[in-house]
Amino acid sequence: MTTSRRSFIKAGGACLLGLTLWPAVKSFAGNNAGNIENPGAPAGKRWGLVIDMQKCWPKYQEGCRDCFLACRKAHNIPDIADKEEEIKWLWTEPFENAFPEQEHEYIAAGIKGKPFIVLCNHCNNPPCVRVCPTKATFKRRDGIVMMDYHRCIGCRYCMAACPYGARSFNFSDPRPYIKEIDPAYPTREKGVVEKCNFCAERVDLGLVPVCVEACRAGALIFGDLEEPNSVVRKILSGRYTILRKPELGTHPSVFYLV
Amino acid sequence: MNDFRYIITGLVLFIVLVTFPLWTRAGKAAPAPVPSLETQAIQQLEEKQCVEGTEYMRANHMSLLEEWRNQVVREGKRTYVAGNGKEYEMSLQKTCLQCHSNKSQFCDQCHNYLGVQPDCWTCHIEPKES
Ligand code: HEC
Ligand code: HEC
Ligand code: HEC
Repeated sequence: MTTSRRSFIKAGGACLLGLTLWPAVKSFAGNNAGNIENPGAPAGKRWGLVIDMQKCWPKYQEGCRDCFLACRKAHNIPDIADKEEEIKWLWTEPFENAFPEQEHEYIAAGIKGKPFIVLCNHCNNPPCVRVCPTKATFKRRDGIVMMDYHRCIGCRYCMAACPYGARSFNFSDPRPYIKEIDPAYPTREKGVVEKCNFCAERVDLGLVPVCVEACRAGALIFGDLEEPNSVVRKILSGRYTILRKPELGTHPSVFYLV
Repeated sequence: MNDFRYIITGLVLFIVLVTFPLWTRAGKAAPAPVPSLETQAIQQLEEKQCVEGTEYMRANHMSLLEEWRNQVVREGKRTYVAGNGKEYEMSLQKTCLQCHSNKSQFCDQCHNYLGVQPDCWTCHIEPKES
């Protein structure tokens, strides 16, 4: 076989083009798990929460708000009345809003319109992490979707990406709206986004989240989803549970017993 | 040469005005800051020692704080083992300002002198000083 000088140079040019394109192919087609996984944190864990609303409702009807108040106090969350600007870590949504895809016209009366406790789902595949341009939001190796407030530039991409509305933006200085500032935890400032952190500051010390500790009805159960013998896994294997918007493929770590 | 007098007067006035900040401050160097260690927590210490050596802290406390911040927030590690083996919780409010609870007499003394304004206190809570 003979190769003309012309076709040899052509082939060389094609190879060169391939080489220059390769990095672009890698970055567009590859998945950069580095964004999502944080290599430093303890591995092999995935914290999860099971919420049993049947246990909660009787107390809720009597006016129990212990979990919300404990969370608000522990994290210096401002109490802003304006619905447009309120800061939400842990709150309730009626069934239709929390589980829009489960709702139908003959839904059991015991569920229709009932309040469900909602919070950040600490998704296994978190869309907020993917869109954050500064890596201020990231997923720890133990599954907690964490915010590094020092890096947040307030662009609010994460708020647009979160399908659960679990993120709030500080439109103004939150301090005037905090009744009693707990000096053990920092506040946030105007211009950053915030959300539930699964009480990372307590979990790191071997404690359960404050909402779980505060609940007198035992409606909130916290544990490791990767540990087959954990309480949460036992509940999940024994009873039927639902997730919020599972069709989106975010794989929430918060489960609901109905 | 008619304007000679005006030009010289103008020049002298100009030089005096331009050098005004220099000669009014001459001989009056701003006093070096004296960060105060007069807090209860420090007085109760057996050994008057910071987290690390004083020289190191003076020069590197900002890097240490940054390292603490990254360790806590991004790695989930909350205990710091100092060079001398002592353990501290890595926290600005719960550790540094527990000992240095006189922030305005300590941190601010140096920072005001230097004109640095660490923007930590919009979120981190300053200790109440009487
Ligand atoms: C256990 C109490 C304690 C803790 C905790 C502590 N300090 Fe200190 N710090 C001291 C003492 C005592 C000195 C004075 C040491 C000396 O005079 O040799 C000091 C000195 C310093 C100095 C040097 C002051 C000078 O005069 O040059 C700086 C800066 C400083 N600390 C910053 C910090 C920061 C930042 C933190 C938190 C990371 C911190 N300290 C935590 C007790 C403490
Ligand atoms: C001995 C004087 C001194 C004391 C005392 C001191 N600092 Fe500083 N601090 C400095 C100097 C010098 C810088 C560096 C300024 C620069 O790099 O421009 C600095 C910078 C910082 C920075 C980084 C600021 C920035 O914009 O990057 C932080 C954070 C900080 N100090 C925190 C503290 C805290 C908290 C305390 C009290 C516990 C404290 N410092 C006490 C001298 C001091
Ligand atoms: C936008 C608000 C905000 C600002 C501004 C901010 N922080 Fe923080 N920082 C936080 C929050 C919230 C945490 C708590 C994270 C946790 O404990 O889970 C934290 C945690 C930390 C920690 C570790 C845990 C602790 O309790 O201290 C350090 C160290 C720290 N910050 C240092 C700094 C320094 C130094 C500055 C200024 C240069 C600063 N931060 C500015 C919000 C802020």
